[in-house]
Amino acid sequence: MTFTRKAIISGVAETAIGELPGSTCLGLHAEAAAAALADAGLGYGDIDGVLCAYSFVAPYPMLSSVFCEHVGIRPAVTFAIQVGGASAATMIMQAAALVEAGYCRHVLCVTGDNRVSGLSRDGAVAALAAFGHPEFEQPYGISIPAAYALVARRYMHETGATLEHLAAIAVEHRRHAARHPKAQMRKPITLDEVMASRVIASPLRLFDCCLISDGGAAVIVSAAETAADLRKPGIRLLGAGQGHTHEHLVAAPSLTDFGCKQAAARAFSQAGLKPTDVDVAEIYDSFTITLLVELESIGFFAKGEAGPAAASGALGLGGSLPCNTHGGLLSFGHSGAAGGMFHAVEAVRQLRGEAEARQVAGAEIAFVHGDGGILSAHCSLVMGRG
Amino acid sequence: MSDAKPLPRPNAETKPYWDAASKGELLYRHCPACGHAQFPPRDICAACHRPGTEWGKASGRGTVHSFTVVHRAPSAVFKSETPYVIALIDCAEGFRIMTNLRGEGVAAKAGVGRGVRIVFEATHDPAIKLPQAVLEE
Repeated sequence: MTFTRKAIISGVAETAIGELPGSTCLGLHAEAAAAALADAGLGYGDIDGVLCAYSFVAPYPMLSSVFCEHVGIRPAVTFAIQVGGASAATMIMQAAALVEAGYCRHVLCVTGDNRVSGLSRDGAVAALAAFGHPEFEQPYGISIPAAYALVARRYMHETGATLEHLAAIAVEHRRHAARHPKAQMRKPITLDEVMASRVIASPLRLFDCCLISDGGAAVIVSAAETAADLRKPGIRLLGAGQGHTHEHLVAAPSLTDFGCKQAAARAFSQAGLKPTDVDVAEIYDSFTITLLVELESIGFFAKGEAGPAAASGALGLGGSLPCNTHGGLLSFGHSGAAGGMFHAVEAVRQLRGEAEARQVAGAEIAFVHGDGGILSAHCSLVMGRG
Repeated sequence: MSDAKPLPRPNAETKPYWDAASKGELLYRHCPACGHAQFPPRDICAACHRPGTEWGKASGRGTVHSFTVVHRAPSAVFKSETPYVIALIDCAEGFRIMTNLRGEGVAAKAGVGRGVRIVFEATHDPAIKLPQAVLEE
């Protein structure tokens, strides 16, 4: 079944990223929203749908209502979405559904958190351990890096992926980040530096792990028929899909086969496209292993081939699949649900030709993917220019 | 922040598991209708979705599906134990649990596929013992 999608992305923005003393969760939301509205050429009064995710620093039970109260808007539709790192892509998928069903004309998807200034790095690591099962994982000292390390060990065991492959991914992300003026970590790193960095949870080392950042990001999804009211040409959402297999790692059916496969297959099927059609990919990279698994499961590379490809530069700006051109969670920044939104913002910039020093020449099709939990919840988006 | 490790707070579905663990037995749920063995314990069968899974007693034998040596702990209470090993254990009866791997020098000896047996470790709560794994020689 082909389905002609009628939603476009009309505005994108992110705040400053990094350690932002004085920032607040709601303030970052408001700043990102205002910037996305300006990008789209819309005002608060045009927004009739608002989707938010969640905050660890300010864990409101109704964040979207709190945000609307904070900025003083009364949308026709608002609710919050919680699927961890898959939240941002899921918000965009849901916003498109609201627009296409006729409930809304302009849906603001807004995320942000001040995890560094609001929690400290230790506090953020401790809060994130709550993803572990309270009875059957947390008593054993599980952390998010330890959970992904368990995936990494098994994945390496089964596919032959190596520490050097993972390190190559970290090095390429830093190279990408160096081209983005807002990236949190822009100083180039070498393979040797990654390999020599301290072990966090073996086999993962410091540079295999994403950053912890303050920051916010927003994307506005609009009805295609509003194009004439917008400041910039809309980016089309060609396909969206999800895949879900578990939440807790202890209940995962496999440590090498995850829902990203189904999510991407559904999104590509809806778009009538395949992985080889993609010009630029912005894929969730909470850890180097996360990206490696997703690249292979989604079908960009055969199993066991993403590592060698990364090592040979395939994910670089001039490579066969430029990936995470903003630097990703590994080097651009990661502030909760906004982390996944950064990937979507970058995809739109690439398709608009606004990516400056990191522009993929002639990019027409972009793929965005978010993963939440321990490769538990997945959402893929396929976007197209014009 | 508490100095004590986070301990399980059993609920109605999991209390028999923890009661048995405190007596040195490992229980799991299996489905009389389809034979599926599952963990964490719950009444509904996650394979065929029928209610009425039943308790079974596990042998305590298994193999290491994966493991990690944790150097950066999630909280202060675990920091004093670093480096410690977390493993996913494929139990002989077909369900998977998470444990620590215990034993002298285990971080260097652990390996995917290594045989383990489950032991039960006292905690600061006399009512709770944690299933843990040790490598078979």
